Amino acid sequence: MSLDRVISGETAAGQRPCWSCQAPLSVRAAFCHACGRIQPPAALDHFRRLNLAPRFDLPTADLEQQYFGLQRSLHPDRFAGKSSREKALSLQHATALNEAYDVLRQPLRRGEYLLELRGRPLNGADGGTIDDEELLTQAMAMRERLADAAGEAEVLALIASAEADAAAILAEIEGAFAQEDLASAARLLTRLRYLAKLTAEARARVAGAGSGVQA
Amino acid sequence: MSLQILEIFEPGETPLPHAEAPGIAVGIDLGTTNSLVALSRDAKPEVLRDAAGRGMLPSVVAYDAARPPQVGEEARRVLLDEPERVVSSVKRLMGRGARDIKALAGRLPYEIEPDAAERMIRLKVAGKSLTPVEVSADILRALKARAETSLAREVTRAVITVPAYFDDAARTATRDAARLAGLEVLRLVNEPTAAALAYGLDRGAEGLYAVYDLGGGTFDISVLRLEKGVFQVLATGGDAALGGDDFDHLIAQQFLRQREEDGGGGDLSVGEAKQALLTARIAKECLTEHTDGEWMLEVGGRQSRHRLDIAGFEALIAPLVARTITTAKAVLADAGLAPGEVKGVVLVGGSTRVPLVRREVAALFGRAPLADIDPDEVVALGAALQAEALTGGGDTLLLDVTPLSLGIETMGGLVEKVIARNTAIPAARAQEFTTYQDGQTAMMIHVVQGERELVAQNRSLARFELQGIPPMVAGAARIRVTFAVDADGLLTVSAEERTTGLSQAVVVKPSYGLDEEEMIAMLRTAMENAGEDMVLRLLTEARVEAERVLLALDAALKADAGLLAAPELATIERRMALLRQAMAAEDRHAITAALEALDQATQDFAARRMDHGIRQALKGVALDRLASRLEAEDPS
Ligand SMILES: [Zn+2]
Repeated sequence: MSLDRVISGETAAGQRPCWSCQAPLSVRAAFCHACGRIQPPAALDHFRRLNLAPRFDLPTADLEQQYFGLQRSLHPDRFAGKSSREKALSLQHATALNEAYDVLRQPLRRGEYLLELRGRPLNGADGGTIDDEELLTQAMAMRERLADAAGEAEVLALIASAEADAAAILAEIEGAFAQEDLASAARLLTRLRYLAKLTAEARARVAGAGSGVQA
Repeated sequence: MSLQILEIFEPGETPLPHAEAPGIAVGIDLGTTNSLVALSRDAKPEVLRDAAGRGMLPSVVAYDAARPPQVGEEARRVLLDEPERVVSSVKRLMGRGARDIKALAGRLPYEIEPDAAERMIRLKVAGKSLTPVEVSADILRALKARAETSLAREVTRAVITVPAYFDDAARTATRDAARLAGLEVLRLVNEPTAAALAYGLDRGAEGLYAVYDLGGGTFDISVLRLEKGVFQVLATGGDAALGGDDFDHLIAQQFLRQREEDGGGGDLSVGEAKQALLTARIAKECLTEHTDGEWMLEVGGRQSRHRLDIAGFEALIAPLVARTITTAKAVLADAGLAPGEVKGVVLVGGSTRVPLVRREVAALFGRAPLADIDPDEVVALGAALQAEALTGGGDTLLLDVTPLSLGIETMGGLVEKVIARNTAIPAARAQEFTTYQDGQTAMMIHVVQGERELVAQNRSLARFELQGIPPMVAGAARIRVTFAVDADGLLTVSAEERTTGLSQAVVVKPSYGLDEEEMIAMLRTAMENAGEDMVLRLLTEARVEAERVLLALDAALKADAGLLAAPELATIERRMALLRQAMAAEDRHAITAALEALDQATQDFAARRMDHGIRQALKGVALDRLASRLEAEDPS
């Protein structure tokens, strides 16, 4: 837990005045306790933003409960009749909540983000070089299978096997993070990233190659 | 008070009853073919109807050099005789430029002004030059007037629905139209989301739902998760240029081909094209319920007959329906879902009445679609619910997404995506770009919307230039471009040079939108045309007054009809009917005359009620209780 606090930089519990009534508030207060007005969002990491401890094995139910609960009180729809300042602040809050939720709900992005928080950002998938021999061999084999796949059934089978691989890797990543083995977590996340990319390509092919996409 | 049926004001003398509780806001479905306005109270939405009980207002406007525009049913009637004065399906042109229109060339029964290369297009109608925004504003004014008549109070705020697939330009155009019509837009809500809201709140649905929305001119498919009052859009997609109108076009083309084969060729006038389309539409609607039929076309003074059965009709439209199914599959894939995971499919839009559409949707999802809320009304009802939630509080939460990716042109005409489609809104993303020439001091930022790889294949939203970049070697400058999309789906772009902190923000005004000057000019014209508007206002006032009198009289008759002899009652009822008829038409003098006639017929009744009331009071009923009873009877 102490580690969590260090990561989120929460040690300096600063105060600031309410923009409307000047009452002293914690920087993390979303609303003024005196006048009830919405306050500017604090600079928080995505986990803190959603009142969650930074961990990889994040239960979806917890994430959603926090996200929906906070959006319920902070979303611009709650401020339709309010001043433009309050509207603007609500927009900032809702934007930050959406960004946090978007990153944390996807295991791959959540893992990457967690590495970033711990000071070990993953290399870019497109830019950085991959020195994982096993991954490179596996990737080439799967790419060939996708290229050779004759019908929808074959592509679907490929997707299913990629998803099974991804599930197994996820379990390993959980273990790595639990043991603070960040090097293994990074290596496994790179594999997961690759599998996700391949699955997306395969899915697009099944769906008719982006026919829903037309400007 | 009921007794006020004695007093009848001259129209124009009574101010419109001002909103006592300013909370009221209506929901508006501004459709391609029909538009509706609805109001929700206590989470019970209702479509507001005209005096004749019609909920749908045809999105048709007839223009005349000398008179204010006619909207709706009347304009549709003009369509038959003088189609060149009439604009329909204007929604398809919202936010469009001349270049877009070329893609629809020959399929639009309008005359487009030729010089509109880089501006919003203009239509030539009855000697006027009109933008689609102005035409839409006329439809919105008519809806506003209908709401005011129906509610007997002023209405100035609305939630307006737009197709989920509407791009930034079309959304901005819709907002501008509302502003011209004197409506404050509380929120633009995506049509499928509104439909889901109507269904979800109606039955407390939970789980994954798909909304298949085939309107007159647009197709949308959205997948939502409904859970404990949260409506979370997972993915959305569609086709902004595919709708039921296209079915009409295919039928019309077939009929015209048949004519040609029979030796009846020749060019069609704009008016004849509109008539052919109208006939085709009637045929389409007929084939929704019958297996075949025969229709007549009259072009160039020559009549021809055309048979079409349901198999022939379905063969014509099958490729279009297949396109919607392919899009639906792509959207499901985007959401990472298989069709079987969807718990219910909601049908929206009149075109979903076509049996082939229902069959194909059922086949894709493996279940019969839900259509028990009228597909023509469901969007307006959802919009009204959201309007109530925005004004009166309420616990529902709509979490929507961007329908199209937003990006920037990079070298070689490629697109770098900044915000991907199906990102939850509001959203903000920043991306860094750099200079590609030594000593480069300015950078053109070209904002595009769409999914294609090449700029030319996407929609150009705006261009602006970031100037004053300090000269550096190529690749050294760090230009951070931030895209922010608000809860209405509207985009703001700002750019900052990071090494110096030089910053420029622009609100993206779509290339084909109205600029502020044009908007102001239009608002000014609207004021100069106060004469025309005054006529409309007087008409609204007359209707409001008539409605008030009718309601009061209904209540009085319910309480005291016994004070009238049978022939007296018959006269009053006949004159009430005449007044209702007059209210359905557009002539305020007719309404005033009918009101006066009704006033005369009820004078004795009012006097007798007064006497009766006094006698009752003398019998021991306190006058103040009488007054309060009469008050309670008065529903206005
Ligand atoms: Zn305060």
